Amino acid sequence: MRGLRKHFPVRGGFLLRTRAWVRAVDDVSFHVEPGETLGIVGESGCGKSTLARLVLRLIEPDAGSVHFAGEDVRAAGPARMKRLRRDMQLVFQDPYASLNPRMTIEDAVAFSLLVHGSPRAEARERTASLLGRVGLDPLLYGRRYPHELSGGQRQRVNIARALVLDPKLLVLDEPVSALDKSVQAQVLNLLQDLKAERALTYVLISHDLNVIEYVSERILVMYLGHVVEAGTAEALACDPKHPYTQALFASAPSMDPTRRMERPPILGDPPNPIDPPSGCRFRTRCAHVMPRCAERIPPPIAVARDHHVACYLYGDHVTAPAPAGVTTA
Amino acid sequence: MAIAVAGSVVTAVAHPPMSYWRAVGWRLRRDPITLAAGGLLALIVLAAVLAPILAPHDPNAGSIRLRLAALGTADHWLGTDEQGRDMLSRLLHGGRMTLLAGLTPVLVAFVVGTVLGVAAGFVGGLPNHLIMRTMDIFYAFPAVLLAIAISGSLGPGLWNTLISLSVVFIPRVVRVAESVTVQVKSLEFISAARASGAGIGQIMRHHLLANVLGPILVFASTQVSLSIILAAGLSFLGLGVTPPAAEWGLMLNTLRGSIYVNAWVPALPGVAIFLTSMTFNLLSDGLRDAMEIRS
Repeated sequence: MRGLRKHFPVRGGFLLRTRAWVRAVDDVSFHVEPGETLGIVGESGCGKSTLARLVLRLIEPDAGSVHFAGEDVRAAGPARMKRLRRDMQLVFQDPYASLNPRMTIEDAVAFSLLVHGSPRAEARERTASLLGRVGLDPLLYGRRYPHELSGGQRQRVNIARALVLDPKLLVLDEPVSALDKSVQAQVLNLLQDLKAERALTYVLISHDLNVIEYVSERILVMYLGHVVEAGTAEALACDPKHPYTQALFASAPSMDPTRRMERPPILGDPPNPIDPPSGCRFRTRCAHVMPRCAERIPPPIAVARDHHVACYLYGDHVTAPAPAGVTTA
Repeated sequence: MAIAVAGSVVTAVAHPPMSYWRAVGWRLRRDPITLAAGGLLALIVLAAVLAPILAPHDPNAGSIRLRLAALGTADHWLGTDEQGRDMLSRLLHGGRMTLLAGLTPVLVAFVVGTVLGVAAGFVGGLPNHLIMRTMDIFYAFPAVLLAIAISGSLGPGLWNTLISLSVVFIPRVVRVAESVTVQVKSLEFISAARASGAGIGQIMRHHLLANVLGPILVFASTQVSLSIILAAGLSFLGLGVTPPAAEWGLMLNTLRGSIYVNAWVPALPGVAIFLTSMTFNLLSDGLRDAMEIRS
């Protein structure tokens, strides 16, 4: 796998046909190296889940392309697409809605294998071994229905289902946000172990910076359908550049009592994605807003190696002093 | 295997996990009201089916000398009607007609409505709008009015009753089927199935239908009692089964004038209609409760 690239001007919503367009994901480009974990972080409603579905071609983008191991995924025909689906799988956010209530755990996991023509006996065997691997005894849980399982157990089933086809890329859409904190850690550790064992590549989507920081090597920060900052996990954690990223890190609860915040780092709710602000989409809530922010969307600027920011405060268009940390004093 | 898993009330009894429909049956058998309703309904259906054997008299043979005999008359335990025909025989034979006219339209509506509704919900977009708005046109009329209008224009007769009642019930089933389908379709396990490369047929068969049929079945079962009442109502108005034949609604109509002479005999077909539709209602309530296996 060489990388993923995508680009979508304007993603259409379907309320009232074409009268309104929800710009859920708007001109987003990124790539993932094989074996890497890319974290995508942003507030709810910023287009993270839409992005996940676009990557897996569960919805068709209006523009842009997705390349998987050098192959244009959108150009693949039905048969080729079915083959490609084996290599890229998704773990869903909601452990309740993501399992068919009328299917036993073992049937749910084996279903993908049967779809791809595995013989029943082999599917059964692989399902059992994978259920065991994610920590669910197949003899005890295999014939149970999802409503008999806890959230954490269901999420393990989801992971088993995604892995049963031996994918190369796993997109994790808020895999732990519906779980208790203690269970979150167990599931994240399981994901980490599986990644090492099976040489997986992860795209991890979350609104929880702690989760993202814990597992990601690189981080992509999204705001209202745009990427505002991208870089290595360390670069973003130690030296966030974009005012939104700074606010995001500042608002994450800290263990350090000297880093307690006094004022909320950002105020208000994100604007409506049907009618986003002109220019930089963060300008309505930004502490460093300048007149030019309203004119054009700031292009991404490289501030360091592998660290890009889409903000007029940086690069060759510096006109104002770079912002000091927003709240951390 | 018999280890109870925490967090589940049902499995705490320590029984091996069972399939969904077996679990539903298990719960139905533990519900006394549903069980009683089911037993009564079985008796009614059995009586109707075996009417030719059970009926002591020819339901159409009257006797001028024995008109409107009271309940408990020797040889006519449930009395006779205004033409001296044995009420018990007529009730038994009438039950066949009423049950047939009540169940068939719902069955037809269940099949046709499920196909249309699931297709509309699954495909979405323009086909959905076409199907659903067409159904809305039928839905705009009150059920009784629509049944009378169609039956009236087609003329009396059992077949026409079945047709008009099917037309009444199809839109209702379509509506329920469509909304359930749309709701289930948006759940993540459908996306997960698509992400694993399953085709539309596989998703339909394994993921959609299994989750959609239950609620549609429950809804359809609630409509049976209404259908029975409507079928009887059409006969009562002279738009259903034609006179010599026995049918509860028709019997109610022809005996109507005799209510001051002998109040008990005219009430019998009404009691039969009431009991039958009541048992169907209780049964569908029980079915709905039993099928709600969610934590």
